[in-house]
Amino acid sequence: MKFDRAARRKVFSHSMTVLSGLAIVVILVPLVSVVYEVVLLGGPAINVDFFTQPIPSACNPAGGLPCHGGGGVIVPIEGTLQLIGLSSLFSVPVGIGAAIFAVEYGGERRLARVIGMVADVLSGVPSIVAGVFTWAVFVLYFPTIAFSTLDAALALSVLMVPIVTRTCEEALRTVPNSVREAAMALGISKWKMSLRITFVAALPGVITGILLAIARSSGEAAPLLIAGGFGCLHPLSQGVENQTCALPLWIYFGANNPYPNWITLAWGCALLLLLVILGLSLLSRFTLERMSRRMRGG
Amino acid sequence: MALANETMKMEAQNLTAFYGESPAIKEINLQFPERKVTAIIGPSGCGKSTLIRCLNRLHETTPKARVEGSVFLDGQDLYRIDATAVRRRVGMVFQKPNPFATMSIYNNVSAPLRFNGRPTRAETDAAVLRALKQAALWDEVRDRVDAAATSLSGGQQQRLCIARALAGNPEVLLMDEPCSALDPIATSKIEELIAQLKQSYTVIIVTHNMQQAARVADYTAFLYLGKMIEFGPTEDLFERPKEHLTESYITGRFG
Repeated sequence: MKFDRAARRKVFSHSMTVLSGLAIVVILVPLVSVVYEVVLLGGPAINVDFFTQPIPSACNPAGGLPCHGGGGVIVPIEGTLQLIGLSSLFSVPVGIGAAIFAVEYGGERRLARVIGMVADVLSGVPSIVAGVFTWAVFVLYFPTIAFSTLDAALALSVLMVPIVTRTCEEALRTVPNSVREAAMALGISKWKMSLRITFVAALPGVITGILLAIARSSGEAAPLLIAGGFGCLHPLSQGVENQTCALPLWIYFGANNPYPNWITLAWGCALLLLLVILGLSLLSRFTLERMSRRMRGG
Repeated sequence: MALANETMKMEAQNLTAFYGESPAIKEINLQFPERKVTAIIGPSGCGKSTLIRCLNRLHETTPKARVEGSVFLDGQDLYRIDATAVRRRVGMVFQKPNPFATMSIYNNVSAPLRFNGRPTRAETDAAVLRALKQAALWDEVRDRVDAAATSLSGGQQQRLCIARALAGNPEVLLMDEPCSALDPIATSKIEELIAQLKQSYTVIIVTHNMQQAARVADYTAFLYLGKMIEFGPTEDLFERPKEHLTESYITGRFG
């Protein structure tokens, strides 16, 4: 009887191990196949023209549209860079300000908790809702630039603010209170302490948060479709008041067309976007480790 | 009483401090003589730290903390002026060394100058040199003032914190169990330093170590359960205590 129970336990244990192993395979298969597919189909699109030329005219040899070759995605690349720059410009100061207020000035006050709650709710807002919101605001108040890079960047910053606020808040909370007491005991005013001592000590975490927010927003297509218009076929990207283009937008548009050269460029964009986001994630991890080590004086 | 010959630098009057609703110290009346070392002793939880944290208005920075009564510095009520101005005149050293980890040794010491004004490089140089010498740290760090503050040993870090507190030129130096995180050698260095410092500063030190109080302090106050039990010249308090509670405590019957 006793032996039976032990044997049963052994069988159960082994089968659970096999099952959890299978679960890992199930997770890895889509991940590996997505990366494999994107590299396989996007890889051939990457060359010098890819980074320097605007979108070429559509071609379809089978349908009688001859291909002249060449062309690239400098327009979506520039658009993505403009969007990242502008949306960071809007969201980083707001996020950092809210976090500093919540941690350093909020104390036990209700407002500090409200900021955290607002950030949590905001981070649950679907990106398309953020897009339709800023688009509607622009239509009402600045109708001439309702489809623009500026509008789309504002939609993206709606998505970025809660990420920056939360990560910055967490980073500030990891700064030990003894640092604040040291500063206060020297008669250093609170705003100088907040900006020049505790914030500086939290900087590695803050930079990580900003990079993660950029990684999140640079992959968004939905808010751009609504608020950004479509400016991918311009010869070169325009000012921020014109219709926008970005890597995810071209993936959406290029892949939805029957023209092989546009489809190839869309795969190239997918690969580039994958690499950018992977790079940002790695960079954020690296800065966190590297900078916090240096700041601890190791 | 020997106190009659002293000039009083600081005075607590009817000082009561709360955490939430419960008072940690009650109706403390205490005078601190100028350029002398006054020790505050008592068992854990008796309110020693709370008391000195009221003297530079740090107590009120704790959430839900509150202070009643007054603290006078040269006759001026510290609770009627700006708290940051108070803290520039009353420096503090904490239990655990707390240098700014993101700054070099030099920048730590010059912090009170740089953050509280716009000093010239020559002014900070002079203040850093003076403070590091006063804190008996200069000889150990003269070749590496730009090294990270965290590269120093625990005892050195505590002397760095003393230097940082002194760089701002306070009149009073509060020390909250400054040696409790240090080994005996580092402790004796700090104790020697305290004896030096009282030539220029009024020093108030909290300690749970009675021998330390006996070694460094000119005057000693004994606190028990948030109340001031006895205050007097250190020798009198340890050798001829007036109160039964004081005697029980210094003879080790409780605490």
